[in-house]
Amino acid sequence: MPVEVRLPTLLRPHADGAASVSATGATVGDVFADLAARYPGLSDQLVDESGSIHKFVNVYRNDDDVRYLDQLETKVTDGDVVSILPAVAGG
Amino acid sequence: MGFASPTLRVTEAQHRAIVAHCYDGLPNEACGLLIGPVVDDEPRGPVAEVRPCRNEDESALTYRLDSRDFMAALRAAEDRGEGLVGCWHSHTHTDAYPSPTDIEQAKWYPEWVYVIVSLRDGDPVLRAYRIRDGVVAECQVVLDR
Repeated sequence: MPVEVRLPTLLRPHADGAASVSATGATVGDVFADLAARYPGLSDQLVDESGSIHKFVNVYRNDDDVRYLDQLETKVTDGDVVSILPAVAGG
Repeated sequence: MGFASPTLRVTEAQHRAIVAHCYDGLPNEACGLLIGPVVDDEPRGPVAEVRPCRNEDESALTYRLDSRDFMAALRAAEDRGEGLVGCWHSHTHTDAYPSPTDIEQAKWYPEWVYVIVSLRDGDPVLRAYRIRDGVVAECQVVLDR
């Protein structure tokens, strides 16, 4: 099922410059795996070595942060928008 | 300097709201977002809204702006045809200058204005910066009455 994945400016070079890309999968994790197959550099920015969403990345299904849903197991359906927004953070 | 640093225009009430939110957050760092007109990644006019947000880290040393507050602010800005001008956060024990972590994280939003409020001394100190490619440039802050 196709979903739209919106990328922040700094990650677009990993996806041939696209602001958004179409991907398929039943969960956010599936969608990321689909992206990883096509854009290997992108997945390193989204998922850490332990396979969790990177600490400084917010991932939303539509407007809901998937950390408060089922993380990478969060289900997506046709037409959903997955937005990647780097965290606003500092010290 | 390789880039221009915009002037940040806020009202006295907004200035007070930012500083008050920083004090309310003690002993931890506090953070929030600045909403206003943005054209071609530059603020075009005074800040329309200062929006206090939660610090997910609940730390005196770091902040991570609550992801839900972030999306809510983004949508509120878009609904009004505006954008995110920047953010603020407090430094509880250091001066009002970007830390190495602030400079590193600013890479994600190089078009923003970064306001830092130092609560180290008796009086709060609010200063604003643009941070690009590791370079810090101070922005003038103008208070509108």
